[in-house]
Amino acid sequence: MSVLAQADLRLDAGPLDYALLVIYFAVVLGIGFMARRSVSSSLDFLLSGRSLPAWVTGLAFISANLGALELMGMTANGAQYGMATVHYYWIGAIPAMVFLGLVMMPFYYGSKVRSVPEFMRRRFGNAAHLVNAISFAVAQVLIAGINLYALAVIINALLGWPLPLSIVIAALVVLAYTTLGGLSAAIYNEVLQFFVIVAALAPLTIVGLIKVGGWQGLVDKVTNPEQLSSWPATDLTGISNPVWSVVGLVFGLGFVLSFGYWTTNFAEVQRAMSAKSMSAARRTPIIGAYPKALIPFVIIIPGIIAAVIIPELSALKAGDTSSGVRFNDVLPLLMRDLLPNGILGIAITGLLASFMAGVAANVSSFNTVFTYDLWQDYVKKDRPDEYYLRIGRLATVGACVLAIGTAFIAAALGGSNIMDYIQALFSFFNAPLFATFIVGMFWKRMTPTAGWVGLLAGTFTAITIYVLSEPTIGVRVIELPGQGASFLGAGLAFVVDVVVSVAVSLVTRPKPDSELVGLVYSLTPKKDRTHSATGEDAGWYRSPALLGGGVLALTTVLYIIFG
Amino acid sequence: MRLFDLRIIIAFLFGLYGVILVVTGLGFTSTEDIDKAAGVNINVWAGAAMVALSLAFTLWAWLRPLPLPTGEGKQD
Repeated sequence: MSVLAQADLRLDAGPLDYALLVIYFAVVLGIGFMARRSVSSSLDFLLSGRSLPAWVTGLAFISANLGALELMGMTANGAQYGMATVHYYWIGAIPAMVFLGLVMMPFYYGSKVRSVPEFMRRRFGNAAHLVNAISFAVAQVLIAGINLYALAVIINALLGWPLPLSIVIAALVVLAYTTLGGLSAAIYNEVLQFFVIVAALAPLTIVGLIKVGGWQGLVDKVTNPEQLSSWPATDLTGISNPVWSVVGLVFGLGFVLSFGYWTTNFAEVQRAMSAKSMSAARRTPIIGAYPKALIPFVIIIPGIIAAVIIPELSALKAGDTSSGVRFNDVLPLLMRDLLPNGILGIAITGLLASFMAGVAANVSSFNTVFTYDLWQDYVKKDRPDEYYLRIGRLATVGACVLAIGTAFIAAALGGSNIMDYIQALFSFFNAPLFATFIVGMFWKRMTPTAGWVGLLAGTFTAITIYVLSEPTIGVRVIELPGQGASFLGAGLAFVVDVVVSVAVSLVTRPKPDSELVGLVYSLTPKKDRTHSATGEDAGWYRSPALLGGGVLALTTVLYIIFG
Repeated sequence: MRLFDLRIIIAFLFGLYGVILVVTGLGFTSTEDIDKAAGVNINVWAGAAMVALSLAFTLWAWLRPLPLPTGEGKQD
């Protein structure tokens, strides 16, 4: 990212473009002010009072993930690896999202926990809870800082504002609306951001496609035909044997990494927990899965187009790095070369909106975990609710201040590598967490001790694989370029966590059944796991199972046509 | 807890954006700009699509207004 500023990415933004940007920020802050009027308790502030409709939480679910890493990273992957990038969306998200909605949400929403770590506490007790809550809170502050830094870099490159000023302004905007309106403001803005991001990317894709002569024109111009098919993705995984490459994709990315991320990351799950009913909560990730299945068309295709029509990028792809341009610069380059003033302003707005969505999701999930899981559980118990509402607001301010700090650390360390490390860090925690959750949800015998021992064993395994394969550390035992090492690390972490959890459970004492009702599948009465289908939850088109089946079918069809 | 209707906000923002873009595209986009965008007057088309989105959300909000609060909604 640091190189981004060196290449000439300055956009020719005019007064009209700035006006469109200002209108957007006015609306964003307006949402904060309006949402404030409906906040009267800590649950309103931190969990939207569990009152939101499914289409809102569903779009927010996607938007919270559509931040800096996603937009810059996936357009870059599109330019570099071509169609194989769709795996991150289709196999790497859709099945996990459907699984979250159909299988796991009844426990999350039905048990009335207010966060993912709180579920850990109810199921496994304090040791596992504390590990999970602290690691989540720390990770969110770090990632918020990196998102903030990425946001500032793009403001700096596009508009020329100094980096420190950009960081502080961006943090203040996020702080303003999340402190005022809490999660509701964050979620409402995420939905708005979703539409603005699409409004930014769709024209770019359409103009780009026309420029290369339509789909056929694009196919003719891509020099390496392998980049037009998504299987077996040997470039992406770094595994040269096609069979093992597919195994790595399906098990590593499609199962462990993606299920770990989508089903246990509270920044995502929180959106579903804020839904107004069990049915709406179950539909949240599934409704989000539809745009998730389609959005690669406006993210990856522009990447592929850019590699063909932007001279600097074609040169880079051929191995010539003299222009200073990097794959991360796809979107700014396309905007520079294709969009006239007017729509250019929308595109800049969309890019900034997307980056803010990422920061807001980090901040709004951090303050919930901090308030409920750390402060209320371990520091000051049994205070009146207004007290925790105030703590929630203070935690939001604290998170933004800390994020400004971590953003400057990210800036000092130089950007792009840190993002990769954070991705790796994430895989250390998510894959084992998913293993512990899934065993704990379906096997009542799993003990509290197994809960935290399994987590530590899994994390340790992932770190070991990382150390053995990371070139910069120097102990290069495993040769896996690309994403292969993190697929392998996550896969092994999952297996080790399951094995250790089972082994430890067999020699330690389980919780009595009575304490596990609502938390474990076999001990939860069917009526507590099913949702109502009356009133606002009535109608076949609101059936989570039907919607889930629909999006899986859609994804299969997309794979057949474009895979 | 009762929030305002987000659909109105979306309709407002994209209605405004759409009109601005269509006017810009028809009146203030040079041939040079149109050439840049592969010969398409993208401001007009994108603006028109935004106006359509705005109308769709308006229509949805109008046909299915938010339910009136009954008692205090749900137990929690």
